[in-house]
Amino acid sequence: MSQLVFICFQDNDNARYMVEAIEEDNPQAEVQHQPAMIRVQAEKRLVINRDTVEEKLGRDWDVQEMLIDVISIGGNVDEDDDHFILEWK
Amino acid sequence: MAVKNKKLNLKDKYQYLTRDMAWEPTYQKKEDIYPDERFEGIKITDWSQWEDPFRLTMDAYWKYQAEKEKKLYAIFDAFAQNNGHQNISDARYVNALKLFLSGVSPLEHAAFQGYAKVGRQFSGAGARVACQMQSIDELRHSQTQQHAMSHYNKHFNGLHDAPHMHDRVWFLSVPKSFFDDARAAGPFEFLTAISFSFEYVLTNLLFVPFMSGAAYNGDMATVTFGFSAQSDEARHMTLGLEVIKFILEQHEDNVPIIQRWIDKWFWRGFRLLSLVSMMMDYMLPNKVMSWAEAWELYYEQSGGALFKDLERYGIRPPKYEEVANDAKHHLSHQLWTTFYQYSQATNFHTWIPEKEEMDWMSEKYPETFDKYYRPRYEHLAKEAAAGRRYYNNTLPQLCQVCQVPTLFTEMGEPTKLSHRQLVHEGERYHFCSEACADIFRYEPEKYIQAWLPVHQIYQGNCEGSDVAEVVQKYYHINIGEDNFEYIGSPDHQHWLSIKGVKPADKDQDAA
Repeated sequence: MSQLVFICFQDNDNARYMVEAIEEDNPQAEVQHQPAMIRVQAEKRLVINRDTVEEKLGRDWDVQEMLIDVISIGGNVDEDDDHFILEWK
Repeated sequence: MAVKNKKLNLKDKYQYLTRDMAWEPTYQKKEDIYPDERFEGIKITDWSQWEDPFRLTMDAYWKYQAEKEKKLYAIFDAFAQNNGHQNISDARYVNALKLFLSGVSPLEHAAFQGYAKVGRQFSGAGARVACQMQSIDELRHSQTQQHAMSHYNKHFNGLHDAPHMHDRVWFLSVPKSFFDDARAAGPFEFLTAISFSFEYVLTNLLFVPFMSGAAYNGDMATVTFGFSAQSDEARHMTLGLEVIKFILEQHEDNVPIIQRWIDKWFWRGFRLLSLVSMMMDYMLPNKVMSWAEAWELYYEQSGGALFKDLERYGIRPPKYEEVANDAKHHLSHQLWTTFYQYSQATNFHTWIPEKEEMDWMSEKYPETFDKYYRPRYEHLAKEAAAGRRYYNNTLPQLCQVCQVPTLFTEMGEPTKLSHRQLVHEGERYHFCSEACADIFRYEPEKYIQAWLPVHQIYQGNCEGSDVAEVVQKYYHINIGEDNFEYIGSPDHQHWLSIKGVKPADKDQDAA
């Protein structure tokens, strides 16, 4: 059985860059646009890297800032200063 | 020595600002300070194993929450200043908000109280901090929802006395009793019920597709509070999953206790969400996804991944999961046809779905809608057209546990009513399902105390002996304004005047 992890963002300016960063770092991820939100899902694992998000945003970005734009997640969370990982092990 | 990192990393900061804020008591025994930690039978050997994956400390919490509030209230202001209510898809949509404000927002307040209470009952500092933050979050949700909907209250009926109604109105005892049941349990059951079963497993169904639907119906204020609240939920959900894993890892004796709670609270949450199924399929004029699709995505798919992950602890999917999965083809239709008949006693309006909406349902529910439900609407529409809009004046039989009228059907037998009864100490009790009867069997002394609205009316405890008196005097529902059919209601007339349509124009009326 497939085990998808997912993250949903509000469809806003920050999130669009985060989604770009996710797509770059997770080529297997699928991005779905729904009214007012963007849902990204992937088999087993999805990673958000601070470096990539900062490059896309063109400014410093704290991983915890993500809490402002995220709507929902599915999967076990592993967060530190440099990345945010969702996974089913 | 030169300090290399002037900023603490997340892990260290969390350690210093959370765990190290606790202390070992010296002149009182721990058991006396945390007296409720043991009676449920849950064994915790090492609280330091508690993980908060977000590692959120109070300073960061205030910073991000303040930012969320600033964004949210800027939108509320813009919405109100620009008369945003005039730009929604159709005023029928506002009825979903009436149900939300009287059914859901008071639960946010109950959650605030619940987390404040259990936050005091754990001897682990990590758990106490997490509960404290969630408690404040829930209070924020209750407040922001009331602020968002206060604008609608100026223009539409039925939104004027939600907390009063929540404590009294027949169908609102469904959400109320759900949270009262959780809050009347011990602290670990509360976390399993609310943090895990509700927040992690089920709330996506309310806050993700329904809120996306609010956006699709032009309700900027609601989608914004919904998503703002949900940004906290992402943290709550993570906590819910960590709580379960933590308890299961602490002691093998915890496994059967947790499994029973998961069985119970999955089912109670599923019954509660039957109200949401009808909000999604019937109360959003512009539709995003059906209840069945949302259930497949957010329960069958996400829940499937989750329970596969929990297998290693000896946890299996909830006992009555198959019944819930089967019900996705029927739930919203059974609920809406029930509410349609009892609109004389609700703070919102009901209506027959329009032709395009019924066609949408035929497409989304190919196995069931045309066969079982469309004929009912066609019959009801014919009756209404002949001047006999149907209202059911017999009060419904409520389930002793979930308090939903016994309106559901058996799995695989959509024309057979699901009903169970049990005799306990000489009294007969009725249930909507085997799952609710199971819950009763395990704790009859709790559920015999249920405050069932229909029983209370018949016993004369609701300020009147007929429905009209109870509705007006006890519920504070204004007869002829808040209740009955939508078509021709004051809300409907008001909407037509906003849209510049003369009420007499029958063609526009039916559009």
